[in-house]
Amino acid sequence: MIKSLDPRVTRENIEENNLIAPLTPMDNWETYEVFHQKKRGDQHMHVGIVHAPNPEMALLFGKEQYGRRSITANIWVVKTANVFASEYDDADMFETTPEKQYREAGGYKVMDKINKYKKANKA
Amino acid sequence: MYGNAYIDPNEKANAMIAGEDPIKLAEFEARIARGEKIEPKDWMPKEYRKQLIRMIEQHGHSEIIGALPEGTWITRAPGFRRKMALMAKVQDEVGHAQLLYSAAETLGKSREDMTNDLITGKSKYSNVFNYPAYTWADACIIAWLIDAGAIINQVANAKGSYGPYCRALDRICTEESFHLKYGHDNVVTLATGTPIQRQMVQEALTRWWPPIMHFFGPSDKISQHSEILMRWKVKMASNDDMRQQFLNMYVPKIWDLGLVLPDPNLKLNEETKKWDYTEPDWEEFKRVINGGGPCNAERLAVRRMAEERGRWVRKALYNATEKYVTPLA
Ligand SMILES: [Fe+2]
Ligand SMILES: [Fe+2]
Repeated sequence: MIKSLDPRVTRENIEENNLIAPLTPMDNWETYEVFHQKKRGDQHMHVGIVHAPNPEMALLFGKEQYGRRSITANIWVVKTANVFASEYDDADMFETTPEKQYREAGGYKVMDKINKYKKANKA
Repeated sequence: MYGNAYIDPNEKANAMIAGEDPIKLAEFEARIARGEKIEPKDWMPKEYRKQLIRMIEQHGHSEIIGALPEGTWITRAPGFRRKMALMAKVQDEVGHAQLLYSAAETLGKSREDMTNDLITGKSKYSNVFNYPAYTWADACIIAWLIDAGAIINQVANAKGSYGPYCRALDRICTEESFHLKYGHDNVVTLATGTPIQRQMVQEALTRWWPPIMHFFGPSDKISQHSEILMRWKVKMASNDDMRQQFLNMYVPKIWDLGLVLPDPNLKLNEETKKWDYTEPDWEEFKRVINGGGPCNAERLAVRRMAEERGRWVRKALYNATEKYVTPLA
């Protein structure tokens, strides 16, 4: 029996060689991705995962793990299995090509024309 | 760069990258050199994955096992406020383990396998937690100085290359600042208290100094191996550099309190600007890490008990239609 400095441990009467059956897959359940909203008006942000047997417990664990210290207005949990993600290998599809200036504010320059017009009509 | 080079698997220096696709390896190394993070689904060398799993997993185990010597004192901490604070700290440490296991999991090792490797003794955890917290003052020294050491290590690793590990460490470091302040406050209270309190904290410091000097591990051998791990930003600082940083930051604070460190050779070398100290007893370190310490057996037995006695609850909640999917980030 383990005799510990910790009276709580001693009281448990633990054998020193208390070999146990190994854990098997899914003993710790599946995972949920956790999204945290700091305050009303903010976006929810992905903060990490929890292991949980159902969405209700995922919310409970999410609160303990990610809302324990930081200011929190709201959290979401989503099963990892239900998230569809793009591939990093396809990241080139997000590149804004230079000829797409027409869809950026910087692609529109009117002051030249206005100044030219003003100058021409003053005369 | 390994861009066009043929990698000879028989050459010892290249054993870590043997069999890797040289083009992918070059892209991977270039990404790290640019300061970009590696994400779970990216291509990575087998050895990078292996070393990271080992490192993050052991870090997680250290948080779990580290909660045990400190937990010893929750019910006996002096005063309600300190009980509450210690309980919050221990809860944080267990939370850190959750964050770290989650990061390791993204590399493909399941949480169940990590727990199995801990409770069978296959995986290691930080050696300091194989020592007992004899008195309340020991718990205070742990909270101040062991956490201080952990912070130095964690701040360095937070600048590493693996995204999920860095993100976990950023969260962890934020919480650690409370641990450090709490620990310092406790030590200062004892050191500026009655003669009996001073004696108690001095004795705890004397007991903990050798494990603290062991904390960052033996000097790293300068090898191709550690050079590659540094280039891959798996290892961010040498053990000796981290130890020096710790001594620089904390020895003056300890001496400020008029406490004595049990090493007559400890002093700042004015020429090298580094700390001289008596070489720690690395034989003792090896003996303890391999199971010979005062608390190794107890720590693992307690962890197995918790696993076994909580198992029926987890089984009862298990839903056979669910399937495990590796977390995304
Ligand atoms: Fe921690
Ligand atoms: Fe801590």
